[in-house]
Amino acid sequence: MSTTTASRDRTRRATNPAVYVIALAVVALSVGPVVYGALGGFRSNEQIARNPAGLPDPWRLGNYTSVFGNPQFWDYAVNSMVIAALTTAIAVGAGVMAAYPLARYRFRFRESLFMVFVLGLLFPLATAIIPLSIFISRDLQMSNSWWGVALPQAAFALPVTVVILRPFLMALPQEIEDAALIDGASRIGVFWRIALPLSAPALVTVGVLAFVTSWNSYLLPLLLLQDEMRTLPLGVADYSTEHSADTAGVLAFTSVAMIPALVLFLALQGRIVNGLQGAVKG
Amino acid sequence: MSLSSVATTAAGTTGPDDTVASPPGPRRPPRRGPGGGAGSWRTRLEIAVFVAPALVLMGLFIAWPVVSAVRMSFYRWRGFGPMDDFVGLRNYERVLTDDVFTQAVGHNFVIVVLSILIQLPLGLAVALLLNRRMRGRGVVRTLIFVPYVVAEVIAGVIWFQLLLPETGVADGLIGAVGLTPPDQGFLGTPSLALWAVFGVLTWKYLGLAILLFLAGLQSVPEEIYEAAALDGASWWQTQVRVVVPLLGPTIRTWCFLSMIGSIQQFDIVWVLTGGGPANATTTMATYLLTQGTQRGNYGVAGAASVVLFVIGVAMAALYQRFVLRRDTRPEG
Repeated sequence: MSTTTASRDRTRRATNPAVYVIALAVVALSVGPVVYGALGGFRSNEQIARNPAGLPDPWRLGNYTSVFGNPQFWDYAVNSMVIAALTTAIAVGAGVMAAYPLARYRFRFRESLFMVFVLGLLFPLATAIIPLSIFISRDLQMSNSWWGVALPQAAFALPVTVVILRPFLMALPQEIEDAALIDGASRIGVFWRIALPLSAPALVTVGVLAFVTSWNSYLLPLLLLQDEMRTLPLGVADYSTEHSADTAGVLAFTSVAMIPALVLFLALQGRIVNGLQGAVKG
Repeated sequence: MSLSSVATTAAGTTGPDDTVASPPGPRRPPRRGPGGGAGSWRTRLEIAVFVAPALVLMGLFIAWPVVSAVRMSFYRWRGFGPMDDFVGLRNYERVLTDDVFTQAVGHNFVIVVLSILIQLPLGLAVALLLNRRMRGRGVVRTLIFVPYVVAEVIAGVIWFQLLLPETGVADGLIGAVGLTPPDQGFLGTPSLALWAVFGVLTWKYLGLAILLFLAGLQSVPEEIYEAAALDGASWWQTQVRVVVPLLGPTIRTWCFLSMIGSIQQFDIVWVLTGGGPANATTTMATYLLTQGTQRGNYGVAGAASVVLFVIGVAMAALYQRFVLRRDTRPEG
């Protein structure tokens, strides 16, 4: 992002130092609480009580090593990882399949069908959460299971997936697919061998969105998962209430729990930002 | 709010008779596949096979629960046994006359209004600032987006620590400038709690506003800056008179996303205050969850769900009708 924007600068005059000061302040406010959490994990409760805003002195690894030595933490991490991976696979798979005919076929109810996905964006999880959790636990008998959380999360991730993927698929060059069809390939074959590989960048975007949303999700796991099936956000929330006296431990636990989503985002931020902007520019 | 609401934009910025989110390249009409016209059974079968998994998932896990919520709202039901005690609109009566619920609706609307009054100018200012030439702009943009990626729960837990009375950093900072922090802490004082929650929400979601505004700024053509500079406009005049009006569509889109997100608030409120103290921070979502899971009033929870949903759809429809419509028609 920085390279593309740097090449088309808007203002030619030298940048006012005040701009740097304000930018620095905004960055400090944005990152400050996260850094506070991470540094707090390196302090002792006694250090934090003495000076809430201080730096670790001396640095202590104990809080972090006890998080990594906590078997519950690994249970939560595995659950979060499996559920996020399942959610992502289902949402991206079903989403690209639905977006493909909406982008490439011409049929009577195409726009109405697409509106179904657009309207899906207006149904927040909170609206349906109680009947949804009853449906999953009683009718499907899937409470306290990975699939019981991943399937509905994928369903709620589908509208945004389809809305982002469709314009991307429409913009892919049609000629390759036409050539393959003339050579006798089937539509399904064209989808699988040509459209899918070509849309890999957009699939990464929607995949990361689905993954991070699942990784961070709280409400549905709160109602469906107990004990050793809990995910990290539940673990963080419960840990912080159960060990409310152990501030440093809570901060260490919390900091470790945010690492995967942050790393994933930082590694792929260019793509995510472009994908979001594509969906927003409309 | 989750990332998923971002693309609501696509629904918002285009009219019902338009296709959504035009692709970056030139739009091509989709073609029928060779070896069969549009209506042939084979094409239909292909479409059905492609679309079925998505529709089945959304039908089962979105549409069906929403229908169930509507049904539930007409019964008195404690969460077990048959749902046979039909009470008509009594649950709605109960929800709409419950002070806790009407306060919750009020809190949601306070968040809606404050977001637009405070986050919009703030986000716009930072975006305009970051659109200028400066070193390390890429890094700054990335770091500003970090709060948006952090889970709501994690943001809640960290801010809870920061806002703790006496031992929290916030109290320390306030004491350092010579003011007296509230005895019960920001989250424990009913008159301040909603403001504190709103502050955390601003921290969490301002990055999205900045990102979207920056995206909008990229499509402002370079010539406009040059023309304004030639006419002798100062930086501020250019921004306020020329650039911000050009950002109109993006701003309206963000307002839409922000409103939809604001009426759904749950996670951060739940972790920070659980709706307290003394219901000072309840939202519609925390209300319906409390009624459903803790009190076992499933009918009341269903009615609250329906009210939440109706408010959301009505807001979206009104906004689309009166505000976003200008973006889809060439002349206002």
